[in-house]
Amino acid sequence: MTDALIIILSTLGAIFILLAAVGFLRMPDTYLRISVTTKAVTLGVGLILVSAAIYFDELSVTSRVLAIILFIILTAPVGAHLIGRASYFLGVKMWDKSVMDELEGKYKKFSHKLDSGDDLKDEEETEEEKEKG
Amino acid sequence: MTVEEYLYYIILPILAVSVLLVFIRFVMGPKIADRVVALDLLITIGITIIAIYSIVYDQSTFLDIALILGLIAFLSTVAFSYYLEKRNKLEMDEKKRKRNE
Repeated sequence: MTDALIIILSTLGAIFILLAAVGFLRMPDTYLRISVTTKAVTLGVGLILVSAAIYFDELSVTSRVLAIILFIILTAPVGAHLIGRASYFLGVKMWDKSVMDELEGKYKKFSHKLDSGDDLKDEEETEEEKEKG
Repeated sequence: MTVEEYLYYIILPILAVSVLLVFIRFVMGPKIADRVVALDLLITIGITIIAIYSIVYDQSTFLDIALILGLIAFLSTVAFSYYLEKRNKLEMDEKKRKRNE
């Protein structure tokens, strides 16, 4: 019974990781690649680690596995957001067929602050004036 | 076929192939952000390989190393993105100063 469970869970996890790797290779754009790594791989890693917990069937191993899964679930979105933000500032182009870029013109180029107002340009100009003065 | 054999002969090759695919993107990666994400992904797949190995060799201690690797992956991603952003900011400041001159 546990053998069947381990085989099913680890196969599902391996398939998810393989699909994520294929998607990571084939996606046309950096941002799409980042989204692949955060979702599919997190699920695959979680499934394989759960199969390890079922195999050992000890409290210490199960708690360790839960800690790893919780840590990955917590950190994967944070890391993806950080690297996506950095690549947006670096000027990485989106895919040609992307429908929209909601951040266009909302990030200040120099101070890296997010702003949705129309007075974006004015503030940057005043900042420059301050520096001159 | 026991569970250990199944994991060793079927799951590990699948994971190895996915590591290879990610590594191709790591070498190709047109931008540096792609390489950082590929590195993160390689370490995350390494965690699963460690988990499979800990089942095959019946050593639950290996999972500690998986935990540490997860920590290192997160730290490296954060550090890379922080310094990339900082470098970009410095370049922007330089450009601004030149324009003012």
